[in-house]
Amino acid sequence: MVMINLIVILLVGGLLSILSERISDTMPRKVAMGVVLVDLLYLLVCLSGMPDITQLQAPVANDPSSWLMHFKADWIPAFGISIELALDGISLLMVLLTLILGAIAISASWTDIVVRKGFFEANLLWSLAGVLGVFMSLDLMLFFLFWEVMLIPMYFMIAIWGHENRGYAAMKFFIFTQASGLLMLVSILALVAVNHGATGTWSFSYFDLLNTEMAEQTAHWIMLGFFIAFVVKLPGFPFHTWLPDAHTQAPTAGSVILAGILLKTGAYGLIRFAVPLFPEAALNFSYSAMWLGAAGVVYGAVLAFGQTDFKRLIAYSSVSHMGFVLLGIYAWNELALQGAVMQMVAHGFSTAALFMIAGSLQERLHTRDMREMSGLWHQMPRMGAVAMFFVVASLGLPGLGNFVAEFLVLLGLFQVNVWITVIAATGLITGAAYSLLLMQRSFQGEVNKKWADYGLADFGPREMLTMGVMMIALILLGIYPQPVLDAAKPVLQSLLELTANPALASAEVMQ
Amino acid sequence: MNATMFSALAPILILSLTAIVLMIQASIKRDQSLAWVITAVGFVLTLCGAYYARDFTQSVTILLQVDHWSLFFTSLIMIASLVTLVLSRDTFSPEGERKEEYYLLLVLSVLGAVVLIQSSHMVSLLLGMELMGVALYAMIAFPERGQLPLEGAIKYLVLSACASAMLLYGFALIYAATGELSYAGIGAKGASAYIENPMLIMAGSAMVLAGIGFKLSVAPFHMWTPDVYQGAPTPVTGFLATVSKGAVFVALSRFYIDGGLDQYSGLNTALVVLAIASMLVGNWLALRQENIKRLLAYSSIAHFGYLLVVLIALTYVDAGLVSQSITFYLTAYMITTLAAFTVVSTVAGEDTAKQDISAFEGLFWHRPLEASALTVAMLSLAGIPLTAGFMAKFFVITLGIQSGLWGLLAALVVGSAVAIYYYLRVIFAMSKSTKSTGKSANRLEKLLALVLMASILVLGSWPQPFIAYAGGL
Repeated sequence: MVMINLIVILLVGGLLSILSERISDTMPRKVAMGVVLVDLLYLLVCLSGMPDITQLQAPVANDPSSWLMHFKADWIPAFGISIELALDGISLLMVLLTLILGAIAISASWTDIVVRKGFFEANLLWSLAGVLGVFMSLDLMLFFLFWEVMLIPMYFMIAIWGHENRGYAAMKFFIFTQASGLLMLVSILALVAVNHGATGTWSFSYFDLLNTEMAEQTAHWIMLGFFIAFVVKLPGFPFHTWLPDAHTQAPTAGSVILAGILLKTGAYGLIRFAVPLFPEAALNFSYSAMWLGAAGVVYGAVLAFGQTDFKRLIAYSSVSHMGFVLLGIYAWNELALQGAVMQMVAHGFSTAALFMIAGSLQERLHTRDMREMSGLWHQMPRMGAVAMFFVVASLGLPGLGNFVAEFLVLLGLFQVNVWITVIAATGLITGAAYSLLLMQRSFQGEVNKKWADYGLADFGPREMLTMGVMMIALILLGIYPQPVLDAAKPVLQSLLELTANPALASAEVMQ
Repeated sequence: MNATMFSALAPILILSLTAIVLMIQASIKRDQSLAWVITAVGFVLTLCGAYYARDFTQSVTILLQVDHWSLFFTSLIMIASLVTLVLSRDTFSPEGERKEEYYLLLVLSVLGAVVLIQSSHMVSLLLGMELMGVALYAMIAFPERGQLPLEGAIKYLVLSACASAMLLYGFALIYAATGELSYAGIGAKGASAYIENPMLIMAGSAMVLAGIGFKLSVAPFHMWTPDVYQGAPTPVTGFLATVSKGAVFVALSRFYIDGGLDQYSGLNTALVVLAIASMLVGNWLALRQENIKRLLAYSSIAHFGYLLVVLIALTYVDAGLVSQSITFYLTAYMITTLAAFTVVSTVAGEDTAKQDISAFEGLFWHRPLEASALTVAMLSLAGIPLTAGFMAKFFVITLGIQSGLWGLLAALVVGSAVAIYYYLRVIFAMSKSTKSTGKSANRLEKLLALVLMASILVLGSWPQPFIAYAGGL
């Protein structure tokens, strides 16, 4: 029930924030912030009664009772569709990330949104609810439902409150994700039909569908459907073209949610569904997937380097960083997977912060063009210092979360394929190049006369507090990543066990 | 004929009675409001009649088959007709002219649709289709002024006449081959007749298919659809899109299932071609439409393409699942389409300029209820989860996968992906911040929009009861 409550609180909170607009103009954002914090607090209180997740035995992937939480109720029994939610270490990490970044996004919308505030905060809360659903549902139909439904509020956020080219960006975003969603729907139904053919019962439950026996060719095609859907969302090369537009045109809070959380649903889907459901097909495909990942790392970095739009640069850097996640997942060993999970969390914070800085700049300068910015540090030293911090975090400075993540991925990947590792590692260098370029162009250099007597306001207490939270998170992840690794470890181990090639496993026993 | 047969025919009898009362009323005292009330009472009574007839299901003569399935669809089209009636009131009243005949035509057309749904014989099929069609020509052309309605009516008339001619010729060929006109008889004798004379059966059923294809407006028989949709008064368009097409599809599936037409692989191939063409052509041509009624016309072409997949799957899966899917899909489609036309009718009315998508700009902020209803309808047509349209698509895809119809599924995925664009355009326009003005909705129309929106959402988020009910029909 806890998991249902988490989602319902957000849904009801959305309605409340629409209604609260009648009380006062500034009420919706307060209500929304309150709702997210209550949700977070509620989760933490419920967790405190549980055994320490790091001490838990490895959950058995196909045994729901070994998970942290599990809930199941009938929904459409005619097709074996149920409301099945479950939480394990990885889902928990993602849920926490979602709620924390949700609060940060609301803070980012504090002064950014000037019209129809109630409806905006409602959309924000509803998309958070959808994302929570994605991270927790283990019925494939329910998962698909959340997967699709979380896009509608996001669509509205871009289409109504976005920047100059919002219509195009919102449309492109929606069509890309919906079209790939349809592929996933067909794949889900095909998988269920195969299972129905084998067992004679309809079931969409993850636990029933693991270990579905099917022909190699069938498994390959179905797996591909899942893969494309998730990689579009990730986004991986060559399905990333919606991302720069959507991120650039979205309002700041929208960008924070998109980059911080929505992209992670793709990675989560790969770890949770695309590989475990089709272990052999995924293994056969892993080589191609890793090349796509490496291509994404390099391609994203090169394109980021060529951008003049502050937000677009960050958007392309996301493509590059998410390439590491793809690499980590398809290397499919514990180190690399740990790195991928770490990257999901760390990238969530660093990119969210950069998008907030971009949003603050746009709010003050009314432009995102870096050619117009220069020497802003002199006028806004606090913002400059904060930007510096997140830029070096994003380029992978040791001591901060992103470094741990990328290092782990490369370490794990090295055991699998040296050449891909070499190519991916160049991403660290190019990352440094575009990140520093961003810094130089906007904050360093001569003061642009245009802004000299503009009276630019530096970051205030609210912004510093928000940034501070993310800074502390990244430093903690960088110097003491153990809690995150511990939370993910049992889950990853059980997944690795589950997908271990049975032939290989029995060979080991023989020895 | 015995007494229980009359009970089974209750819906048809009540509708006929309503038509007679309307005629008498018109000859005694011409009063539009009175005609409206008589029609409404007649429709509600027919709905009760359909409920009452459930205990008397049987074949009524060789022509009609009254069973739970046909009674369900009878009720469904009665509901759709009631919606049409509510919308018609405003559309036809302010002109202050004598418009009672419209209601008579509406009743006759509904009567035709009910006959069509219950038909189990080619004669009743043709009778129902003609009765429904002839009344519809007049309804389309009913606004005397204006070129578009007349143009639409003439197009519909000429093409429908061609379609009927083809249908008749097809019947003749099938009769020549099998010596049967009832679906069951064709089903029984078809296989042996096919061995003797394959060409006759093939040519005959292909012509029947073409004739019905015109009415359903599946590609390549879709040319009339956008003009008629645009030209007809909006309530009539809604009626045409739901009652007329729904009834024809029910008749087609009954003919197909009872007549055992799925055993002819040539016919199946033809259906596959029609389905793929409809999905692609419908969705493709909808992309550039500016008028929302034209957009909905192309969207309906695509939707009947999706629906044909279910019929094609009949060869591979059992008929129960097929009729369950048809029930669900048609219900979802009709409710969604009605919701869309309700909003279009209340917001835009008969003003062609206001039917442009750009005229819907800012609707969210001025008339949130109507905008929400239209948004939900668009999302349902696009097949987004939590709406009825999604569950409908779920059925189609499930059947397609079970039957291994991968080509059709590919067309469905491509078509649906394209479709998202034009459905979103409408939603995007509504979310813009511009001033918009339109005729104000009366309370009944607002209630209607609310109820239809709620049914789409309930059917999509809690479909279990209805799935179980549809499975038991």
